[in-house]
Amino acid sequence: MKRQDVAFAAGAIVVLLMGFGAVHAVANPYFFFAGYVIVQYVVLATAWNILGGYAGYINFGPAALYGAGVYTSALLLKAFGAPLVVNIVAAGLVGMVLGLMMGYLTLRVQGVYFAIATIALVIMLETVVHNIEYLGGARGLALIAPEPPAWAVGRTQFVFLVLLAIAVMSVALARWIERSWIGRGLRALRASEEAAECAGVATLRLKLAACAVSGALLAVAGAPYIYYASYIDPGSAFSLTLGLNTIAMPLIGGTRSWAGPVIGALLLASVQQAATVTISSELNVLMVGLALIVFIAAAPDGLIGLAERLRRKMHA
Amino acid sequence: MSEPVLAVRDLTKSFGALRALGPVSFALRGGERLGLIGPNGSGKTTLINCLSGTLRADDGRIWFAGRDVTNVLAFKRARMGLARSFQIPKPFVGMTVLENVLVPLDQIGDGSDHEARAMAILRSVRLDARAGDDAKRLSHLELRKLELARALVGAPKVLIADEAMAGLSEPEIDEILAILQRLSEAGVAVIMVEHIMHAVMRFSQRVICFETGQLIAEGTPQEVAEDPLVQKVYFGEPARH
Repeated sequence: MKRQDVAFAAGAIVVLLMGFGAVHAVANPYFFFAGYVIVQYVVLATAWNILGGYAGYINFGPAALYGAGVYTSALLLKAFGAPLVVNIVAAGLVGMVLGLMMGYLTLRVQGVYFAIATIALVIMLETVVHNIEYLGGARGLALIAPEPPAWAVGRTQFVFLVLLAIAVMSVALARWIERSWIGRGLRALRASEEAAECAGVATLRLKLAACAVSGALLAVAGAPYIYYASYIDPGSAFSLTLGLNTIAMPLIGGTRSWAGPVIGALLLASVQQAATVTISSELNVLMVGLALIVFIAAAPDGLIGLAERLRRKMHA
Repeated sequence: MSEPVLAVRDLTKSFGALRALGPVSFALRGGERLGLIGPNGSGKTTLINCLSGTLRADDGRIWFAGRDVTNVLAFKRARMGLARSFQIPKPFVGMTVLENVLVPLDQIGDGSDHEARAMAILRSVRLDARAGDDAKRLSHLELRKLELARALVGAPKVLIADEAMAGLSEPEIDEILAILQRLSEAGVAVIMVEHIMHAVMRFSQRVICFETGQLIAEGTPQEVAEDPLVQKVYFGEPARH
């Protein structure tokens, strides 16, 4: 194990311990209510970046996979009273299958056409859920989640900790992919699919794998939501705003490394949460739009790319 | 004389109503140095793409290393040892020079020390000093060398060098020729697709010439250079006085 890997593992354990400690040290559940959104964004941004950042296939429909996770979990809870861990695994499997289906699109379409096709997936799934009475249709679905375990203090704290663990695992997985032969293969096909194929890279298999992993994690991010909010509706589960935020965060932080989406998510979600409380919740989308314009114009490789550029200039 | 390592029979490729290639048949022996010439639009790149598998031929068969690879995907042909470089270099930008060479090494997956092997390959083309740099920062010559370095990874049986010397100065051409020569001496069959005639003539043991998708001449460099049809393709009809 390299020194960097040890430092990462230590950092991950510290984050988990800090989360656990905070749950017991901070009495006000609102912090964990807001913290859930921030951590959820870390998972979403990290998951999206595996396909969009490493492989360069821009998925404009992360909300389809997130929403599929939200509704899979809600369905299992309503139908069988299934425990959260089962719902998370099931959501991951559903997301993986949807991701693979999306992956087959890459056989036919690339670039902007792939991006447009992924938006269609959001609209399709939202329409399907709208028409399923058992899932509440357009009215939405209210469910009372089971009591959380005693060690978790409260329901909000419990789902916060669960999602924090998911976030740590997602980031660890993204980091492993990035540094492995898989990540190198994905980055190669991002640069040139033809050259990658002629270098022996099984581009289709890698794209399918990236779609499956990205889809699974996006859906897993949605699985605990019904436990968090006790109410879901198609409009918020398949929200295009959520999709926009998911794409914006890696672009702000930087798409080439695992740290970019994490930085982007922490930054954007924290600012959004602060703005929601202090100014207006409607300001969020405007802020994301402005941030995207500024970053695409001034720092196309995100904050990490900007830092690297500055470092090179200073050493030049 | 050694067995053909690559053989093509009645290969054709059309784009809509345009017949870009064929029917074409030829063979390449193990370790042979073959020059492939022809004016722009003569079907050279279409042939290379069909051979490497990035284009599927409409008809005909391709054999490589004793196996019919007509329907084998490009990445599998590359892993079998059919390597190519590109006319316009296609570096994996956003990755270091070392990582560019690690990508094909990853696909072999034989458990050996990939980084050490990648560095050895980079040293063989004198790119080791740039190993840590992003590929997008390389000069034109360095990009050409990187293309060759990537192609060398899997110990190829055949290398198709697609205009590997285009845009280079004379000393740089000599440098690339020396690399190709070393490869040939190591037993790699090389197809040199090139417009720089003196390089083709110096390097090749045999030359084939294409025009409008057809093979119009084949022989030693001297024979092909003196072929009236080849001269007509390159220089046109002599003026009548």
